[in-house]
Amino acid sequence: MDENRQAYREEVHELLGDLEDALIELEQTPDERDLIDRVFRAMHTIKGSGAMFGFEDIAAFTHTIETVYDLIREGILGVTPELISLTLASCDQIKAMVEEPQGGESADTSKAQEITDAFKAMIPAEDENPAMVPAPADDLKKEIQDNTAQITYRIRFRPHTDIFANGTNPIPLLNELKYLGDAHVICHLNNLPELTDMDPEACYANWDIILTTNHDVNAIRDVFIFVEDLSDIDITKIDEGSEIDQDDYKRIGEILFERGDIKLNDLELMLNRQKRFGEILIESGKVNRSVVQSALAEQEHVRNLRKKRMVQDTTTNIRVPSHKLDAMVNLVGEMVTMQARLTQIAHQKNDPDLILVSEEVERLTAELRDNAMGIRMLPIGTTFAKFKRMVRDLSTELGKEVDFITQGEETELDKTVIEKLGDPLVHIIRNSIDHGIELPQKRKAAGKPPQGTIELRAEHSGANVLISVHDDGAGLDTDAIFKKAVEKGLASPDASLTDKEIHEFILAPGFSTAKNVSSVSGRGVGMDVVTSSIESFGGSVEIRSVRGNGTTITLKLPLTLAIIDGLLVTLGDDLYVIPLGSVVECVELTKKERKRAHGRHVTKVRDDLVPYIYLREVFSLGSPKPAIEQIVITQINERRIGFVVDKVIGEYQTVIKNLGKLFKNIDGVSGATIMGDGTVALILDITRLIVHAEDEDCRIA
Amino acid sequence: MARNILSVDDSASIRQLVSFTLKKEGYEVIEAVDGKDALAKIQGVCVDLVLTDLNMPNLDGIGLIKALRAISSYRFTPIVMLTTESHTDKKEAGKQAGATGWIVKPFKPEQLISVVKRLLG
Repeated sequence: MDENRQAYREEVHELLGDLEDALIELEQTPDERDLIDRVFRAMHTIKGSGAMFGFEDIAAFTHTIETVYDLIREGILGVTPELISLTLASCDQIKAMVEEPQGGESADTSKAQEITDAFKAMIPAEDENPAMVPAPADDLKKEIQDNTAQITYRIRFRPHTDIFANGTNPIPLLNELKYLGDAHVICHLNNLPELTDMDPEACYANWDIILTTNHDVNAIRDVFIFVEDLSDIDITKIDEGSEIDQDDYKRIGEILFERGDIKLNDLELMLNRQKRFGEILIESGKVNRSVVQSALAEQEHVRNLRKKRMVQDTTTNIRVPSHKLDAMVNLVGEMVTMQARLTQIAHQKNDPDLILVSEEVERLTAELRDNAMGIRMLPIGTTFAKFKRMVRDLSTELGKEVDFITQGEETELDKTVIEKLGDPLVHIIRNSIDHGIELPQKRKAAGKPPQGTIELRAEHSGANVLISVHDDGAGLDTDAIFKKAVEKGLASPDASLTDKEIHEFILAPGFSTAKNVSSVSGRGVGMDVVTSSIESFGGSVEIRSVRGNGTTITLKLPLTLAIIDGLLVTLGDDLYVIPLGSVVECVELTKKERKRAHGRHVTKVRDDLVPYIYLREVFSLGSPKPAIEQIVITQINERRIGFVVDKVIGEYQTVIKNLGKLFKNIDGVSGATIMGDGTVALILDITRLIVHAEDEDCRIA
Repeated sequence: MARNILSVDDSASIRQLVSFTLKKEGYEVIEAVDGKDALAKIQGVCVDLVLTDLNMPNLDGIGLIKALRAISSYRFTPIVMLTTESHTDKKEAGKQAGATGWIVKPFKPEQLISVVKRLLG
């Protein structure tokens, strides 16, 4: 602002110079209109800008002078030598005032008053208009009333057809209302004429807005200030927000009557009939459909609002043994299966009644399923709490200072996922304290605060939950990890790998065990255990680390375990499900292409060679294979691997069933699901299948 | 793409304040010292909103609004008057000429931003 004040000072000096010249000329030619205009404009600018930049005293002082010159322009007053000298004196006064530091005493208030009084004396009495005094800037501040009260208004915005003509676009106005609070906008297009009669430059739409806001009605009026006289705006308070109203909100007829959309006798007539009231009104042609919809929207908006208030007041919890929940989820799962079967039968029979029922059942089942899953969701915070103690104990034992921060405790996850998450997280946090955070002396030497920080956070990301453990410790020792990887035969000594690729070695199965980790300064305690347990329930692990700056390990977990989105495929006569989360794309595999690869299981997908697993071989299927097979390409931990199947049927949401003890040792199948027609489809365990295939390769080699 | 705003005012300090405020919000600002200059400056550029003072030499604000509304591509462009006149007749004359809205000086930068956002969406 100081910069702007300086700019104003310079401008005033310039204007005053110009003003003095004009005044002296004006003394010679008192009737010269251009000169009078010049003086008026200069005074006007000094006044207007003065108020803008905090020179309120100058604004007030020049105001009277401006008024006098305005009267001269209108020919009411004449130019006299006294006027000229008085104006010149006021120039000196302005010069003195503009040089005053802000907030300082005015140059000479008595002199300013003297000049003002002299000018005022020239103004004929009736022209002294107090309303013209510029309002102090502070008064312009919008006052926001009580912040806590949420009041609901009904705003009827009926722009005149010519509203576009002054450059107004109504849409930003509606958007602005949305910023004020929770707004429900209903557009009425019933005035829209036939296309041939339509004037493209006219506005035919009008709007009803139901707005719940903590701003006052003036804030709403303010939005429409430029269009007040180009539209009819009616703002009515329909809900006070503070008191809890036990009664239901007004009936639709009452709303319409109150708005004046229908007459009372129409209302009474209609009430005698028994259909839904809104429907009757539309049928009878008394009101337009959009009018009723608007009233319905208001009804719903306020009902929801009141319901929410009620819920907030009466929320309680019920404790239920978890096995009861599990039983319910199982039953819902079976219902989903049966429902799929019903849909299938309905479509086979092609009976419209049956299809109608089955669609309704489908909708209900989906809702029931979502609700049942929702009940199983627990905030993850319960597990976070136990780590606090662990961090404290472990850091004291190791002589390290660690500050443990948790975030996103309220993030909800399926109960089973939370239970399975405990051990992997213990591993990761232990690693962070043990190998990540340095001893206080070492941290000081590296220019870090002696106290290390470990941050555990959970957040939603689409259908997944991300849980990350971040420490500001030493980071991973890439050299040591690489050496180890070469030792283990996982990488060739001359391979040039990115840091990220090297970091991923610590996730590899059997990369390091607790025994040899002490010889490596990096980490690796049981990270492979973490990876396999996270992957066992469809999650993935990601590592990011900067040497000297710390490490972040992120676990990506599915929201729920009981239901998966899968890709349904066939092999021979059997059905299989591949978890959709890891599927990237599907490509065709022709006989020709297979020959071209000379028996190697690789295919070219957009310039990348992708290895594939031939599921027919893995499952030893003898039935003849189709001429064109499909490769389902999956991606796990940045690695793309294809699975060859006979046919891809499509996406399929399915309830996972355990296979039972008898099949406990089967590799590559994580469960089963029952299809609509009663057949069983096996759910493939992609990670295990890959491990299995790699083992096979090793054996051959 | 950044929106272009034409700022017309004979006071350099007001122009500076307007430019400073709007550029900070990511708008492009074209400055003009009076109506005549404004009409010259809009040649070959696309202006999304016009802010104009009313009392100016050469061509005043009302005249500028009328001139702009006569150009077909400016028929629906929002035009905002910046005015110290609390006289309703000046505001009325501006509205008659086709101004979209007005801001009364002195105004605060936030007021300017809120009006510009209201009109440009």
